[in-house]
Amino acid sequence: MAELNMLEAIRLAMDEEMERDDRVMVLGEDVGKKGGVFGATEGLWAKYGDKRVLDTPLTEGMIAGAAMGAAVYGLRPIAEMQFADFVYPAFNQIVSEISRLHYRSNGTFSAPMVIRMPYGGGVHGALYHSQSNETYFTSTVGLKILAPGTPADAKGLLKAAIRDPDPVMFFEHKKTYRLFKAEVPEGDTVVPIGKASVAREGRHLSIFCYGFMRTCALEAAETLAREDGVEAEVVDLRSLRPLDLDTILASVEKTGKALVVHEANRFGGFGAEIAAEIGERAFEHLDGPVTRLAGPEVPGVPFHHTLEDWFMLSPARIVQAARDLAAY
Amino acid sequence: MATTDIKLRHGDLGLSDDDVLGMYRAMLMARAVDERMWLMQRAGKIAFIISGQGHEGAQVATAWPMRKGTDWMAPFYRSIASAMTFGMSAEDIITAHLAKGDDVSSGGRQMPGHYGGAPYNIVSLSSPVGTQVLHAVGIAMGAWVRGDDVVTMTQFGEGTSNQGEIHEAMNFAGVHKLPVIFVCENNGYAISVPLDRQVAGGSVASRAAGYGMPGVVVDGGDVLACYAAAREAHERARRGEGPTLIEARVVRLTSHSSDDDQRRYRDPSEVEHLKEQDPIPMFAAELRAAGVLTDEIDESIKAEIKAEINAANKAAEARPDPVAADAHERVYAEPIPGGGTAVALAPIEGGSH
Repeated sequence: MAELNMLEAIRLAMDEEMERDDRVMVLGEDVGKKGGVFGATEGLWAKYGDKRVLDTPLTEGMIAGAAMGAAVYGLRPIAEMQFADFVYPAFNQIVSEISRLHYRSNGTFSAPMVIRMPYGGGVHGALYHSQSNETYFTSTVGLKILAPGTPADAKGLLKAAIRDPDPVMFFEHKKTYRLFKAEVPEGDTVVPIGKASVAREGRHLSIFCYGFMRTCALEAAETLAREDGVEAEVVDLRSLRPLDLDTILASVEKTGKALVVHEANRFGGFGAEIAAEIGERAFEHLDGPVTRLAGPEVPGVPFHHTLEDWFMLSPARIVQAARDLAAY
Repeated sequence: MATTDIKLRHGDLGLSDDDVLGMYRAMLMARAVDERMWLMQRAGKIAFIISGQGHEGAQVATAWPMRKGTDWMAPFYRSIASAMTFGMSAEDIITAHLAKGDDVSSGGRQMPGHYGGAPYNIVSLSSPVGTQVLHAVGIAMGAWVRGDDVVTMTQFGEGTSNQGEIHEAMNFAGVHKLPVIFVCENNGYAISVPLDRQVAGGSVASRAAGYGMPGVVVDGGDVLACYAAAREAHERARRGEGPTLIEARVVRLTSHSSDDDQRRYRDPSEVEHLKEQDPIPMFAAELRAAGVLTDEIDESIKAEIKAEINAANKAAEARPDPVAADAHERVYAEPIPGGGTAVALAPIEGGSH
């Protein structure tokens, strides 16, 4: 098994899928010769040419809309939003068109396509290069939403997304791109969409997270075990829609306590959905309030490092929230 | 920008008498379906109608060079004659307007006027205007990436020409010389707002220069001029020379839709003279002058159409309505947990309440 970082895993997934299926193409801003502003598509242009690895004008609406047209025609486009923050000009295409095409045509048209969404803060990107905007899309029926937290999941889920018959938005936390290397199974290993992964077993409380928060939650769980004797179970959701309720509910049934952690703001955030499902379906098993730890209620991540540090969740904050919940 | 002011004869364009009679018949058929649906709307059988009356000449003529089963179309809500020229039948159109369960466009899920049909390479249309133009460009991009000999046509109104997505689509198509034909059907009104309040400079076609493509203005009442422009655009696309923007100046004979009354914002004298610009009698006169159309042929075509419409209407009304139990199906390719169903999962256990 090779040790790869997130970016390498994402690149390898696209490379393998383009090699395997000549209908797969990549389009976006600077994805060609430059290989993307983060380097995710590095080497693909040289290998597959400038039609299958297509530099577009600065037009996110066109990137999404043309990708849908190409998908209707029979291709398998991977559209890159340079930053998730810049997706809004494409909102109409994603929400009015891509998510609804299959339903509105009574199943006669489909948009099998992937939109890659580099998201998240902690990268000195301020309000417009740091957003965690997944909730706009998790509430849109017709889309599938993924947010991997490990290189192996990034590779396996991206391969699944490219092969999926439905439109998939693929959230990649920018801070994780080069944060660490981990083992990635060689060859054609696909991670199924819709399955959460128990990243660490525990019995005192459950921490539900995704993306970069997996790393933070695992570090917090180490601290909790070492300093408090609290065994936290860390459940990496990976797939936000479809959501693996079975794994979530089984964990709550075991621990009786649930902490949901995400970087996006709390009000109406994805944690509200998890909390509501647990409240409705596992009420009898709860031994404490379902708790959310989320980004603050400000319009974006402020720039100065003092301000950004204030904004960002961290292992220490997760430890504190988990201690409070464990003591309930 | 080029304009066509030389009167074109069909023989010079390589069209046979049968071709032009076929175009005439297609225009009459689209009109007859349109008129029938207004009657059905007034009778309470159809909830809403948004008409293509006055656009038929431009629509039939521009769609005529397109190859059925090979080329693609991304329509707009007035594209009734274009969609029929592409292969949709009178029964398909009426069935869709009745929102029947087996309607080819949406199975009764979409409002009337939202054309689409997978068997005909007509992409399903939504309601926000201009989105379809990017889909056309995406299909053209797909054909270009694959090296396929496929041309895509899309239609939109001059009101929609102001959407940002139109700029994005035309610019991208121009950059890569994609095989796509943009047809702007300029009827002078975006619901109630006239051209001079919508389009700076007064011309949509002139914008094409900025995208590196030809912009052609044609009289939408001149069927053969519309055909000539579309045929050249089609050949150009197939030669790999890129997109063309055709602005067809058409007339909107009806109110915007069945929910609108154009007498509130159009001058009475303008409304009174609309019929004089109707492309159907104009084309009939041209065909008569060319010795192609006679009273006998005209009557026979009209009788055929009447019978066909009656049969289509009857067949469409007899089709099954959709059923509510089916409404949560086909949200995703395969059902997913928590998606595509309103039925709650059972609580895991211990639910005594």
